[in-house]
Amino acid sequence: MCVVSLRPFVLGAVAYDPKVVTIWEGFKQWFADQGFAFDFVLYSGYEAQAEAHLAGHVDVTWDSPLCWVRTRRLAEAAGTRAHAIVMRDSDQDLTSLVLVRADSNLTEVSQLRGRTVAVGAVDSPQATLLPLAHLAGLGLEPGSDFTVRRFDVMVNKHGDHVGGERDAVKALVAGEVDAACVIDGNHLVFAKEGTIAAGAVRVLTRTAPFDHCTMTVLNGVDTATTDRFAKLLLSMSYDDPAVRPLLRLEGLKEWRVGRTTGYAPLEAAVDRLGFYGADGSILNDDYRRILAS
Amino acid sequence: MNLPIVDLGALGLDGGAHVLVRLALDDCRPGEEIGVRGSHPDLVADLVTWCRTQGHQCVPRGDGGADAVVRRGSASWAAWVGAERSGHPDPHTDSAIAAHPPAAWGLAARGSAVEPGGPEPVFRLDVRDEIWTDRAGSLYAQAVAGQWNPASAIDWLDPIVHGREIERAVVQVMTFLVENEEAALVVPARFLGQVHPHFREIQQMLAVTIADEARHIEVFTRRATLTGSELALSTVGGRASLQSLLEEPDFAIASFLLSVMGEGTFVSLLGFLERHAPDPVTRRIARLTRQDEARHVAFSLAHLERHVQHEPGLRARLASAVERRHRALQGTAGLNDDVFDALVLLSGGAVSPDAVALGWQRVQQLQREMAEHRQARLGRLGFSSGEAETLSSLHTRNFM
Ligand SMILES: [Fe+2]
Ligand SMILES: [Fe+2]
Repeated sequence: MCVVSLRPFVLGAVAYDPKVVTIWEGFKQWFADQGFAFDFVLYSGYEAQAEAHLAGHVDVTWDSPLCWVRTRRLAEAAGTRAHAIVMRDSDQDLTSLVLVRADSNLTEVSQLRGRTVAVGAVDSPQATLLPLAHLAGLGLEPGSDFTVRRFDVMVNKHGDHVGGERDAVKALVAGEVDAACVIDGNHLVFAKEGTIAAGAVRVLTRTAPFDHCTMTVLNGVDTATTDRFAKLLLSMSYDDPAVRPLLRLEGLKEWRVGRTTGYAPLEAAVDRLGFYGADGSILNDDYRRILAS
Repeated sequence: MNLPIVDLGALGLDGGAHVLVRLALDDCRPGEEIGVRGSHPDLVADLVTWCRTQGHQCVPRGDGGADAVVRRGSASWAAWVGAERSGHPDPHTDSAIAAHPPAAWGLAARGSAVEPGGPEPVFRLDVRDEIWTDRAGSLYAQAVAGQWNPASAIDWLDPIVHGREIERAVVQVMTFLVENEEAALVVPARFLGQVHPHFREIQQMLAVTIADEARHIEVFTRRATLTGSELALSTVGGRASLQSLLEEPDFAIASFLLSVMGEGTFVSLLGFLERHAPDPVTRRIARLTRQDEARHVAFSLAHLERHVQHEPGLRARLASAVERRHRALQGTAGLNDDVFDALVLLSGGAVSPDAVALGWQRVQQLQREMAEHRQARLGRLGFSSGEAETLSSLHTRNFM
């Protein structure tokens, strides 16, 4: 007797905003139109998503860069491997900025010594981990050489929600902190929406380029199905009016083949700041406390 | 190679510099390049960020004095792929008005290029031959030019010298007029939101008509209370007659019953008040509102004249609607006796046998005029004189 599996290819994603439902319902419909059975499961946070992924609850996950780092570590600790298969054009070669008020006397990074730097949520790769590791690399240890003021908006969503960065910038503009860390794209968003008046802040220093989100699969998922999933994503054209609204919502013009080279800076930052262990365990005490509460 | 260069001066991407970059890219095809130059310290890095969000490529290099080179991506054109012209803003241009505009054109300006996809709002009145008239644009323009301000167009301080009984008659007529004006406001208002925005002139005409009716309600109310009186009685019969207009779901039939039959009859009534009302304030109000009503009637006649040409069966539907309404209202009282008597009194101008005799004659004359004009309008819609006479006689005794 032959049993035909009716199980679709299941994606895990984090519901950092109500629009996430719209996005993946749209993708589900589009995949169905292409004859590909697809479904999705939403998690309220990335840590549960990574653990569910390792437990085999889903076939692929739409990972924040930090979730990629943890999933990779958990996978290797379990004797398997994670693969970054597809990412957005807008995920590649991003930078984070340390902004200061244009009229401040801060012109060198070393002058941040003894000052207060605003960052995003405790688990934001772009607004907390990467810029803090960047400053540490320039000789300024967070917490000892300067004070870190965290803006914890939606912890466990790895900084996907823009609110933490916006609050950090508002604190900078209001003079409550001396510097604020944001990702490059949000810097322009904040300028456009008026949170930052033209010329009110300047860039003190900028991190090296890094990559953002990825579609992650683990060894053991059917390769043909995974390939079909990746090929369909890569075939999506911004010229197609049926696809364009989905790509707009998800913030990309085209999908690209995944790569892991862009995660090296975050891997180093996670180690330097003691955020995760090499086995994917969560080390940061504040983060553990918030997750447990 | 001579790269076009955009010079941003000291302007940064945090201050709107992308507007100039985008203008320059508008002249390029995907794959073509422009150079960007400027003195803002973050120019190149911010430009890389902006290009990433727009799907362009940015290369920091110094070609011909540029600080960076931007290669246009295809994404910024994507919305134009398959975009469709939604007719033309000037309705007199060839194929400006689509016979059946797609729902997806939605709220787009007529004549704009509409990006494919997107919502498909339901506008029930979306067939040209069922609502359109070329006269809508000019009638709308006339209406806008003819808007009058109740505060200044009427001299509210003109003296009122007639007696208490005559004033009570005026108040009774005003009370009657207000509820009729309410129907004339609500009926087009209910259809206005159902007209496909492609038929902009139809929307505009309905909208200005509604604004007219709002003013009519205001001035009739103000006249009724000018001498400190309370408003008169609103009868079941009057409201039942108007209710049958509110319940009509078909645009052509509703427009026919309300405007061709009802408002047309009101034009006669307002003309009567303009000639015979006892005080200058009422006469002035009647004149101003009659001019508006004549326009409302002209609009309905215009779109219905066109409609019957495209749908010969429409005439039969209109005729049976009049008959249906007549049957439905048979059990009601028709025109409020108080209104009829009030018209006699106010046009006679005094409480005396001679004055009432005069008023009586005038109201008889008014009823003849209402019927004649109704028949003439029905003739314009192609009804024979026999049909017109029958239909006119079935029109509600309540005038509207
Ligand atoms: Fe009116
Ligand atoms: Fe009217």
